[in-house]
Amino acid sequence: MEGRSAGDVIFKIALTGAALSVPTLLGFLVFELWAGSRLAIAKYGLGFVTGTTWDPVAEDFGALPLIFGTLVSASIALAIAVPLSLGVAIYLTEFSPKWLRQPVAFLIELLAAIPSVVYGLWGIFVLVPVLKSTVFPFLRDTLGFLPFFQGPIYGNSMLAAGIILAIMVMPYIMSVSREVLNAVPASQREAAMGLGATRWEAAWTAVVPYARSGIIGAVILGLGRALGETMAVTMLIGNRNEIAASLFAPGYTMAAVIANEFSEATTDMHFAALTYVALVLFAVTVLVNAMARLLIWRVGRGKPSGGQGA
Amino acid sequence: MTEPPARIAAADLTAYYGTFAAVKNATIGFASNEVHALIGPSGCGKSTFLRTMNRMHEVVGGHVTGSVVLDGQDIYGSKVSLTQLRRRVGMVFQKPTPFPTMSIYQNVAAGLKVGERLSRNDRDARVERALQQAGLWEEVKDRLKASAVALSGGQQQRLCIARTIAPQPEVVLLDEPTASLDPMGTQRIEETLFGLKKDFTIIIVTHNMQQAARVSDTTSFFYIGQMIETGPTKQIFTNPADPQTEAYITGRFG
Repeated sequence: MEGRSAGDVIFKIALTGAALSVPTLLGFLVFELWAGSRLAIAKYGLGFVTGTTWDPVAEDFGALPLIFGTLVSASIALAIAVPLSLGVAIYLTEFSPKWLRQPVAFLIELLAAIPSVVYGLWGIFVLVPVLKSTVFPFLRDTLGFLPFFQGPIYGNSMLAAGIILAIMVMPYIMSVSREVLNAVPASQREAAMGLGATRWEAAWTAVVPYARSGIIGAVILGLGRALGETMAVTMLIGNRNEIAASLFAPGYTMAAVIANEFSEATTDMHFAALTYVALVLFAVTVLVNAMARLLIWRVGRGKPSGGQGA
Repeated sequence: MTEPPARIAAADLTAYYGTFAAVKNATIGFASNEVHALIGPSGCGKSTFLRTMNRMHEVVGGHVTGSVVLDGQDIYGSKVSLTQLRRRVGMVFQKPTPFPTMSIYQNVAAGLKVGERLSRNDRDARVERALQQAGLWEEVKDRLKASAVALSGGQQQRLCIARTIAPQPEVVLLDEPTASLDPMGTQRIEETLFGLKKDFTIIIVTHNMQQAARVSDTTSFFYIGQMIETGPTKQIFTNPADPQTEAYITGRFG
């Protein structure tokens, strides 16, 4: 008896320690970022996030174009990836023949395992040439009246980065939404079809709404990936520190600037500014996630989680 | 005894899942404005038979031979629209299946949206009438915008009945509608059925023989995929023709 209760105590302490390690690590991380960027914080304050120049030589730093690039490239990624991924997930759970489901799901999950530098290389050698020769000119000819599709075409651009990000986050959104849709009780489909709904109507009126908070969760997962992705983006975005309306223009992201300049940061201020960028990236990610959680909470209100309360 | 003309009738109906025949050569006619109970032990094919009446068994990959005739038309004919059929032959399931993201009103109107376009006033009227027929109107009229899952289990099932009858079907199929409810909820559903038969032809699958005796006008007994006996409920329960029927209703098996 003694031994067992001692074991319980040890087990409890060990698990409590494991659980506490997460907030502790987070605390250290934030502290280190803050300590490392103190110099830049002292010089720029919150004006850092509205400054638009990034000049390591003159030691003048502002992060707005980087924040802009991060948010815009992630938005493009979601705008492309969410409908595609949802379409695939709905197809796989509601419409596809049974024998096709497992292989396709497996392939999708395989996509998530490809290292991002490989996506970057594929982007440079395959995607960007195709975009530059065919897709971008076509967009400019058809949608050129919009400011987003005007101006010179370089290839490396905000849009190219957004597209590669879309390809990279699709597997996450797809496989999580597929799981969520699979978990919708068959009785919901039957109820809709019993009312005379087609399979399509049953999917839209019963299955997808039932799964919506899970689907939003899947999108948040993808968004988190898109905000923080570094390698493939820096290889395709053009790495130019400016805010342009046109998606054909190059841009820069917070993650990309840190990866590119950290090893070359020779002055203390440059180093501090890069660390400050990391802190801002952290804050933006937390903020976006918090807003998304709020959205889930609002959407899920009045609905018992995962059940129908029979 | 002359049979009244059937509103919906199965003739020599055999229902398969793959090669397994869950129902074999069943022939039953269901008269208008009657409640017909399908009874029998678990796995006897009564639920499958019910689902062949609006082709819901096809959702899980079943098929049939024989015919089901609704108002003179075979519902397994090649020109039949499943959407139209299921609006004419509605179904209520074993567990309440309200759509959890919709309000009470939206749930009842869900079947209306799928079908014809209605003006707002007409739709409101149909929703109110369906809820009244299902005996739920008084309980929910002040909170139509509330979530459907805030209702109790019995209320949810009556909501599902309202949802099924809102498109004004001719036949209403109920698959053990009170199996997951408490005695109070069960009683409310049974009372509701009495009112519903004025407007609909009702076929109910039930495990509960007392329920069959209470609510139905005619009864069919199923055993191992065979329809053993069909007739007026009183006759089936007091003077069954088949010894298997007698054995079941006297509680010797099942």
